[in-house]
Order: sequence, then structure tokens, then C-alpha cells
Amino acid sequence: MNDVLRPQTLDQLRDTVAAAASSSTTLEVAGRGSKRGFGRPVQAARLLDLSAFTGVREYEPAELVLTAGAATPLVEIEALLASKGQMLGFEPPDFGALLGAGEAGSLGGAIAANLAGPRRIKLGAARDHFLGGVFVGGNGLLFKAGGKVVKNVTGYDLCKLIAGSFGTLAAMEEVTVKVLPAPAKQRTVLLFALNTVEAVAALTQGLNSPHEVSGAAYLPAPVAARSGVDYVRRSGASVTALRLEGTALSVEARCKALCGQLSHLAAIEELHSMNSARLWREIRDVAPLLPDPHKTLWRVSVPPTTGPTILARFPEAEFYADWAGGLLWMAVQEKAEEIATELRAAIAAQGTGHATLVRGPLPLRAAIPVFQPPDPAVAALSQRIKDQFDPARILNPGRMYAGV
Amino acid sequence: MLTMPAPDDAVLARRAEIVAALRDIVPGEGVIDAEEERRAYETDGLSAYRQLPMVVVLPSTVEQVSAVLRYCHEQKIKVVPRGAGTGLSGGALPLADGVLLGLGKFNRILDIDYANRCVVTQPGVTNLGITNAVTADGFYYAPDPSSQIACSIGGNIAENSGGVHCLKYGLTTNNVLGVQMVLIDGTVIRVGGKHLDAGGYDLLGIITGSEGLLGVVTEVTVRILRKPATARAVLVGFPTLEAGGDCVAAIIGAGIIPGGMEMMDRPAIHAAEAFVNAGYPLDVEALLIVELDGPAVEVDELIAAVGEIATQCGAVYSRLSKSEEERARFWAGRKAAFPAVGRISPDYMCMDGTIPRKQLPFVLGRITELGEKHGLRVANVFHAGDGNLHPLILFDANKPQELAAAEALGADILRLCVQVGGVLTGEHGVGIEKRDLMGTMFSEDDLAQQQRLKCAFDPDGLLNPGKVFPVLHRCAELGRMVVRGGAVPFPDLPRF
Repeated sequence: MNDVLRPQTLDQLRDTVAAAASSSTTLEVAGRGSKRGFGRPVQAARLLDLSAFTGVREYEPAELVLTAGAATPLVEIEALLASKGQMLGFEPPDFGALLGAGEAGSLGGAIAANLAGPRRIKLGAARDHFLGGVFVGGNGLLFKAGGKVVKNVTGYDLCKLIAGSFGTLAAMEEVTVKVLPAPAKQRTVLLFALNTVEAVAALTQGLNSPHEVSGAAYLPAPVAARSGVDYVRRSGASVTALRLEGTALSVEARCKALCGQLSHLAAIEELHSMNSARLWREIRDVAPLLPDPHKTLWRVSVPPTTGPTILARFPEAEFYADWAGGLLWMAVQEKAEEIATELRAAIAAQGTGHATLVRGPLPLRAAIPVFQPPDPAVAALSQRIKDQFDPARILNPGRMYAGV
Repeated sequence: MLTMPAPDDAVLARRAEIVAALRDIVPGEGVIDAEEERRAYETDGLSAYRQLPMVVVLPSTVEQVSAVLRYCHEQKIKVVPRGAGTGLSGGALPLADGVLLGLGKFNRILDIDYANRCVVTQPGVTNLGITNAVTADGFYYAPDPSSQIACSIGGNIAENSGGVHCLKYGLTTNNVLGVQMVLIDGTVIRVGGKHLDAGGYDLLGIITGSEGLLGVVTEVTVRILRKPATARAVLVGFPTLEAGGDCVAAIIGAGIIPGGMEMMDRPAIHAAEAFVNAGYPLDVEALLIVELDGPAVEVDELIAAVGEIATQCGAVYSRLSKSEEERARFWAGRKAAFPAVGRISPDYMCMDGTIPRKQLPFVLGRITELGEKHGLRVANVFHAGDGNLHPLILFDANKPQELAAAEALGADILRLCVQVGGVLTGEHGVGIEKRDLMGTMFSEDDLAQQQRLKCAFDPDGLLNPGKVFPVLHRCAELGRMVVRGGAVPFPDLPRF
């Protein structure tokens, strides 16, 4: 990488990408660069640095919509929203520690990686809150997609395609997201000493109750022992956690009802505001619970009830589960290549899902499929989409798949 | 008037041969050839437009759908997919030289999985059919378009349908987990499943709302939710539209996301009350229905908060539902608003723009002025929570020029929505109805980029042509348009 391109205006961004396309100059696309270690290694001639596109451009709390430059730091956006009693509903994780970048990155980056925290089960991922934006395609074409209102079905929903595409289709200049009121209060019900199967059954009971659970996680004892929350760390046992959010009266009433419903399963404890928030931040950000940087880290999304069966195949893995068992974070020390194959086979044997290598040494990320290999028909379709938006294959070449 | 692509005489000349080939794939009654039987398929929910299809095919297996599409692809014959035919934007309007592919025989629910909170179903099952299948166990499927008794889940995927509960629970796209889909060349793909989010490109996200232009959905997995413990509704009346609009903003500003929040203007209130006797006040300019759902204690707390906010915003009427029956009656008027308007006018046309909520008073005032300009009356119902406006234009198709005037007024209203920062369609889709207005919201380049997606799925443009896009570029042309202005490498850029 011998050259950094840092366009200052939208026109410059378009000209830069267009020029790169016409000369087949490959570009690594970065907002704040916090997730450059996520994905297959990109070998590009130049770095396209989007960091000039920052700042909140439109925000009216009553409209529930915020528009910002794509590289605006998440911390800045979250602070502004908090000052108005609002939040990003998808609870974007801060992978700064996990990926060694030291910060949470940008709003555009969270969308490009389609991040989501524990509240995914209730309110969706980044894709579900991404309403519109301004982009430059790999073909050098400046275009907008979506809109600045919360309900819109005009034309194809290109925002969904761009969310989770890791900068391989278009560079983002501006994004518009849906924002939501932040709950006034939260509490967490903890159940102690359940095994994985019992925990997923308890979480399922919680999610299938009318108590509006907004977080449902399981921490095995060694993982729980790393929590900064006393009640969790000192339990000496596995911890199954269910979060309730809302108005004060409602949270208290639901907490009582949920405890009543689950108390026959295990010893029970409640976490109140600060402790509850801290625990879910740890679950959201991963690194506090699975800190060993020498272990490769997998993010696995599966039907929740299949989680325990898949985990049972990998007794050597350290893990915890979020999304009521539907999201598995697995850290493994050795045989990374074999595990990639076995993990994906285990997922396929149980139904549907995908495994992504989120943290691993560069040679490993170059050697094995970081993202779930799609079946041939879907792979061919993905290639055709890449052909249409980035025919010269200049944007983040190979970041997701070889040739994409 | 809207024009559709000119029929291909060469295809029409081969009609008998095509019917015979389709009969080889789908035997018996699955191919409809007789004109009087094809007549049943000549229109959808946008009934001002009619076109007899060349032939109707009703396959009953995925293999048949695949074989029909493969045949049409090889023979370069256009295909229009159709669910229940309730769409309001003409997305299922047939083509004179096209095969109409109906999914009505795909009418079975395949799997109800409470532990993973999802239902796997065939696409012809109705939206309400899914909820009905799980309601006894306390679950439901959240998106609830007003046609839910008849519209199919496959059609909901095509249109990314909404309903009155979208603000809190999302549109179809936020509630669908997976699909099986047949591409135009007959390839069957699976996208998503019972897990969350995509491992690669989010194809599910672009298939949803693609209005039948990208493929034919043959199986659907949707998320189901536990029914809220309680729901209560309050009716609030205001002396001005501004006051009603302020109240909506104040409720959301107070951090409350109601399960549903609907507004009606005076003409809509009067029409609805005359039709169903919902007990609406007749001396207000704006009526809000605010429904809170969730745990009982929370609903009671928030409904009291809504009452206070309404008073501060100048409400002159307020009534809280005291029973399920009364709550249902509050909604009966709103849900019957379209047919109610149908009683006071020989014909009506329903528009579907979304606007930033703060623009509501201005937009409603301007709609009245535009109506006067075109000599037509308008009644307005409004999904106030998410800014989705449904102006109902009253006209009489038997009077000369009134249909044309209504269409012109409708186009003016949608241009107005875009002008104030909104969009052409919030939940009904573009179809043919708003096709020619796409240029008011999107530039040529924006539209060209959208059509590139089409080229990745259907390069010959055989699936539902003439819908959504005003100009159909050939995919080869789009390829040549790529990359402009790049003669000077990296002009005037700071380098580091």
C-alpha cells in the first residue's frame, strides 16, 4: 500500500473511484479503519480513506431519523442520541478491543459489516435500521438509494445489499438510519449453573413469554468468571441472562413475572441498571469475555435450538451464546483450518446458518473462507451482482470471497 | 395514461404452441387457456387497469415453477408472477404477450417451530392464515396490511408490505427470515433460513420488495412473535390538523412508540362514521387512534401519558377503550375507511406517499389546494406514526376526464411528498402506478444502478417488464455506460 487517497468532497470521491475504475486501480475502502483486520486480507494498490465524510447532517428526534457522513464515529452519534433520550436500536458492538483497533469505528462501518448487538432478537440488525444513503459504486457512478423516512418501498432496497457487503460494491458517503427512544430502565434476570441445553430451553421460555425479553445470553462458568459484574464473576457457575427494558413500572412488573416463571429452573438473581448495562456491553463487545488474542474467534448464526448440538461437537472451544442460542461466539486455539470445515459441516447437518471468522492471524484469513461459502447458485448470483456494481473489481477485492 | 411495453407479435403468433408446451409441464387445470377463464386474472387491486394475459399457469410444485421459468427463459417469453392479486399498484397486471404465473396452489403451511419462533410456509398462504395457525398458542405474525384476510405472504414479500403496526414491529423485510426462490433460468436458490442475517450478500433484503422483477418465491420462513399481553386504544380529536400533527410528534418525542397510531381528517372521519358507527366525533378536524400494546402495567402507564400529551396539544375529544369490543370498534372505522369512502363517491384512488411527519399540516393543506385545482375532493387517512399518508381521491370514472384528473392529482400529490423530503410509496409498491414518477425521486444514475441489480438476476428482462422502472435499459447498454469522467487520475486530491 503506497498511496492514500483522501477525497474531501462527494465529487472528489466520485472522480477518485471513477479514475480507479478506468485504470483498474484496486482500492481498500476504509472509514475509520477500525475493522481492517476483519475479513480476508485485501491486497489493493491504494487506500481509499473516507474519513473526511463525518458529522451529523440532519437529526430531528421526533422524526426518528438521523443522517450523517458515513465515517462519523459511532461514539459521537451515540452521545448525541443519548442527549435526546434516543439510541441506535441495533446496539452496534464496539469491536475496537476485539480487532485491536482501539475504537468502535464509524456508523458506515457498522452498516458495512451489518453489526448487531444482543437486541438483534427484538429490534433487528444494522440492515433493519439503514434507511438510505449516498454512494459511489465501483463503476464510478454516484447514486442514492432509499430515503430519509422510516417507511419506504420505492424501488429495490439497495441499502440492504450494501449493508453487510464490506465495501465490496460501493463506497459510502452519507447514511440515514432509523433511531429509537432509549428505554428508561433495564433489569437482567440471572439463572445460575444451567448446562447449555437447559440454558437454551430457559432462554426460549423467556423469549416465548409475553415479557418482551430484549437480551438472552448464556455464559459458561469460565467465561462468566471474566465478567466485570460481581454477581456474574463470583457466581462460580454458568450464567444464563435475560434482559428486560422499558419504563420503570413495566420493567419491575415483568421482572417479577419472569422470575416467577423461571425460578423453578435454577437459583435466580437480578441485576439492576448499572450492572445490567455493563453485562450486556460485555456480551455485545465480545473481547471482555473471550479476551485471548491468540485464539481464533468464530461468529456463528444458527437456529437457536441447534446451538447446543453444534457446540457439543467442539468440546475444546471456549464459547458463549447470545440471541437465545442463535449466536455463538467460539474461540479456539488449534487446528483452525480443520475447525472451519467441521464447524460449517456441523451447521449444515443441523439446518441453516453461517460461520464467520472474526479474528484470526492474517495467513489464516488468507487460507480459509472467512465468510460462509455460499452454495454454487448463490455464489454465481453474488458474482453477477459484483460484476454489475464493480465490474473492474476495484473495491476491497477479495475481502469477502476470492473474486468478490 | 400509462403505456405498457408493446406486445411481441412473434410471441403472440406462437400462442397455441406455448400453451401446449406449458401443458406438458403443468398438466390438467393448471394451464388456463379459455378467454372467459383468463378474464379472472386481468387485473389486481389497481382495477382501473386491465389486460388479458396471453395464458395463465398455476403450477403446484417447485419443479413445475422451475420448468415453466426455464421454458420461458429459453423461448424469451415474458412472465408476470401473481400472488393473491390484491396489490394496489398494479404489480400483477398481466401482459398481452406474457405468461401469468399464479402461486395460488402453494397454499400449505409447512412447519410451525415455536422453539425457534418461526413459521415455514408456501407463498400462497394468506398473511392472516399464518397468524391464525399460531394464534391458539399465543403467537402472531406482525406485519398486518389491511388486505391481510386475502393477500398472500408471497405477495407481501414481493411488495414488502406494511400495515398499521410497522413503526413498532417493522415491515415484511424486518420479519422474513428466509425464502426459496426460482430464478428466471429455472435455478432454485435458498436464501436465509431459521437463523438471523446473511453470511454473504443480503439477497433476502433485495428480494423483499422487488415486486416480482427478480424471481418467483416458492417458500417463505417468517418470524413469529408472542402476542402482547394487553392492547388498549384511545381516540383523540383535535380542532386543527396542526394540533393533531403536533400531538403525534410530542408522543414520539416523549419516547413512546405506540403499537399503532393512525390519523384521519374530517372527510375520512365522516365517511367512516356514516359507514360503521364507530362512535367517532364529527366536530373535529383531525382524529387520532393511538394504540399501546405490551405488558398491562406499561400500557396503563403510557396510555395515561398519551392522554396528558393530547390535552397539552389542545385535544377537544378523548375516549379510552374500556373493553376489547370497544377497542375493536375504534379500529373498525379506520379499517373500513377505504370502503367507507367508496360509499360517498362512485370511484376513488388511493395514494401512498411517506413524508417527514413534521410536514403533515403543510402537506394536507396543499393537498386540499391541489384537489381544488383539479376539481376533486380528497379524504386523508394517515399512518401517523411512520409518516405514511393515504390520500383517497374521490372521482367518477363515468364523467369525462375525471379519471385523467384524478391521476393528475395523484401524481401532483406524490411529487409533493418527494418535494418535502418524503418518498413515492410507503407500502403499496411502485408497480405501474408510480412507475413514471420514479424520476421525481431518483436521478438517471440512481435508476441505472437499481437496474444493474435486475441485470444480475434477469439480464433479458423477462420477469414483470413494464413495472417499477419508466425506462428499461438493456443490460448491455448499462454495461457501456459504466465509468465516466475518469480521464485525469485522482485530480487535486490530498495525498498522505
